[in-house]
Amino acid sequence: MKRKLGSFASALACLALTTGSASAWEPSKPVEIVVAAGAGGASDQMARMIQVAIQKNNLMKQPMVVSLKGGASGAEALIYMKSSSGDANRLLIAYSLIYMLPLSAKIPFNWRDLTPVSVVALDQFVLWTNAQLPYKTVKEFADAAKSANPPFKMGGTGSKREDHVLTVFLEKKTGAKFAYLPYKSGGEAATQLVGNHTQSNVNNPSENLEVWRAGQVRPLCVFDKERIQYKTKVTDTMSWNDIPTCRDQGVDVQYLMLRAMFLPGKVTPEQTAFYVDLFRKVTETREYKEYMEKQALKPIFLTGKDMLKFLEEDDALNKSLMTEAGFVAN
Amino acid sequence: MEAFGLLVYGFSVLLTWKTLALMMVGLVLGIFVGVLPGLGGPNGVAILLPLTFTMDPTSAIVMLSCIYWGALFGGAITSILFNIPGEAWSVATTFDGYPMAQQGRAAEALTAAFTSSFIGSLVAVLLITFLAPGVASFALKFGPPEFFAVYLLTFCSFVGLGREEKHKTIISMTLGLLLAGVGMDTVSGQLRMTFGLSDLLRGINFLVAVIGLFGISEILLTMEERLALRGHPARISLRVVLKVWKELPQYWVTLLRSSAIGCWLGITPGGAIAASFMSYNLAKRFSKDKDSFGKGRIEGVFAPETAAHASGTSALLPMLALGIPGSGTAAILLGGLMVWGLNPGPLLFVEHKSFVWGLIASMYLGNVVGLVLVLTTVPLFAAVLRVPFAAIAPMIVVSCAIGAYAIQNAMFDIWLMLAFGIVGYVFKKIGIPLAPFTLALVLGNRAEDSFRLSMIGAGGDMRVFWSNGLVGSITTLALILLFWPLISSAIARIRPAVRGGA
Repeated sequence: MKRKLGSFASALACLALTTGSASAWEPSKPVEIVVAAGAGGASDQMARMIQVAIQKNNLMKQPMVVSLKGGASGAEALIYMKSSSGDANRLLIAYSLIYMLPLSAKIPFNWRDLTPVSVVALDQFVLWTNAQLPYKTVKEFADAAKSANPPFKMGGTGSKREDHVLTVFLEKKTGAKFAYLPYKSGGEAATQLVGNHTQSNVNNPSENLEVWRAGQVRPLCVFDKERIQYKTKVTDTMSWNDIPTCRDQGVDVQYLMLRAMFLPGKVTPEQTAFYVDLFRKVTETREYKEYMEKQALKPIFLTGKDMLKFLEEDDALNKSLMTEAGFVAN
Repeated sequence: MEAFGLLVYGFSVLLTWKTLALMMVGLVLGIFVGVLPGLGGPNGVAILLPLTFTMDPTSAIVMLSCIYWGALFGGAITSILFNIPGEAWSVATTFDGYPMAQQGRAAEALTAAFTSSFIGSLVAVLLITFLAPGVASFALKFGPPEFFAVYLLTFCSFVGLGREEKHKTIISMTLGLLLAGVGMDTVSGQLRMTFGLSDLLRGINFLVAVIGLFGISEILLTMEERLALRGHPARISLRVVLKVWKELPQYWVTLLRSSAIGCWLGITPGGAIAASFMSYNLAKRFSKDKDSFGKGRIEGVFAPETAAHASGTSALLPMLALGIPGSGTAAILLGGLMVWGLNPGPLLFVEHKSFVWGLIASMYLGNVVGLVLVLTTVPLFAAVLRVPFAAIAPMIVVSCAIGAYAIQNAMFDIWLMLAFGIVGYVFKKIGIPLAPFTLALVLGNRAEDSFRLSMIGAGGDMRVFWSNGLVGSITTLALILLFWPLISSAIARIRPAVRGGA
């Protein structure tokens, strides 16, 4: 009985403390980060980095748990978030699928149904080939691809998504034709390239990092208007910065992918404000900075009006790319 | 010697208090589900799988595989004491085990069962230990055509080698393939057969299906049959154990043969059930005293138990190395691997060394600890069976429902599970095997994807399945297995003719 009283008292004390610090909202139960992809992929890795950064730097009282909802190419996560309206203990770590999936597969989802919190990074895409193949430049590769019969195989993640779109634009700019093989994950696309089952892929840096370091794949160019900024050597001879842009190599295809945090719809401004502040702090941690460099991500922090403007523009861009590639379902 | 080094590394991963504690918990739970009729290994693992979602993959697989070993041990207890096989592969154990119990030699029979189980698994684990390292370098040879050929092999061998009637196997498999198509299609990026229901977006989770098909349907059947549980008392003394162990060496041929059968059928998807029957039949056939079988001969317990355990254990090798489960429980463990974010397949050995070798080390340790545990706790588990079925059945149903719900936190899955329960009941009534259905549900998608990727890559040319030695031989083997019944009857017809001519 005594112990019960004691715990009751301490519960009261807690209550007093929380009401004491008034106004500012704080999560009262563990916060769930929803990953719209399989385990070990780029989204999952980032979610776990955020989890560690928050925990190590004591940025939040409640623990954070990562929950994987990669079913139906990530549609599972989108529907889950949509149906969690009003629940401020749930965050989606979003990427370009929020624009593309509703277009290609007619998933009943619109990112405007959710509450944007912040854009935390931009991800790059790189054209990779097997290191045993002789092609050292995009031109050599494209020329070989043009005359190849059967056509070169391009591995990628999913169908009618960012990797597929990039492949279509690569075809348009070079005149080569590829047989696009949609795998379930970037990791699978990477190992299939190493095993010589495909000639190339357009993986994110993080997805091919390990096999690049093992000398099994060769980067040809990065799909951005400027080179990746990181100059620390990744392999014996090269840094991320040593990879030329595709534009400089005569193939003007550019694509950057957002990595952003969303809350479900119908949350209060106080709740949103808490998370905006939380992720601002996350982007200032050492863990975040190291992660950006290791995975060759572009650091960025957008929130509020800036973020909305970015999302609208990005949405329009993705829509036009998807339409041009012929991937929009009727 | 590479294998030995890696194994030592595996033990170092394993030997933490947390892992060891999980191991004990797993074993006890496993024996428990093994003893309960209607639960058994696959269901036990399926129901308890969500418990492990929050653990790291190594702890999770150690616990789950220990549930598996426990269930394998537990299955023998009911077969011998009550003549109720807790597992399908324990059926053969009842032939001689139950008569022994009736003659008051229950303790002897149990000791024989546990010991031979232990020997069977040990042989299989040794096999895994020395074959596994080679699997890694084999890894990168697998592209879409090779993967498809392996899936084809699995499907074909089920049809060709299964004991059930062929058309029923094919019906069951086709239905499974159909349901595997529900949800997002990776290759085209389109939704299929979702009928606008967002609950169907993620497809039909095969764990939900398995819990319904096996667990719920078994409860329905047992309810109908008004199963009465009556058991023989059992107590094992050290004296009996030593007596059985002393007799053990004279049966070395049976033990060795049963282990070999078990390992072979475990790696190919023949499974533990076929293995236990086959080795019982062979032991009987090669025995000088055929008539004593079925009347309480200890060899009749040794043979099926050794084979069942050898195959149950070796079934994990194709699951880990190729992503192809050799048994129902392995298929569920495969689902678990994916949940923890591990892609089973050749690269698992390269990318997740501590996981793979932790698991292999846990097979050694789990079996030793399991043996000691079952020998000491038999009376306790036998007591479970004295609880009336009416009290146990609701608990099983509730635990099935919790299990189905927890997989994806979806209420829809509970309805789905119940629907599959009815499907399973009907299937069992009309004699359609459930295993091909489950297999198709878990592998259907991957087989389809790899087939279509092969076709995209080869421009629609079917010759890609014979384009190199590896894929060619697997495909050919698959086709041979598919038509095996025809081929073997043809051989049988030719042979007497040859003999007659000579």
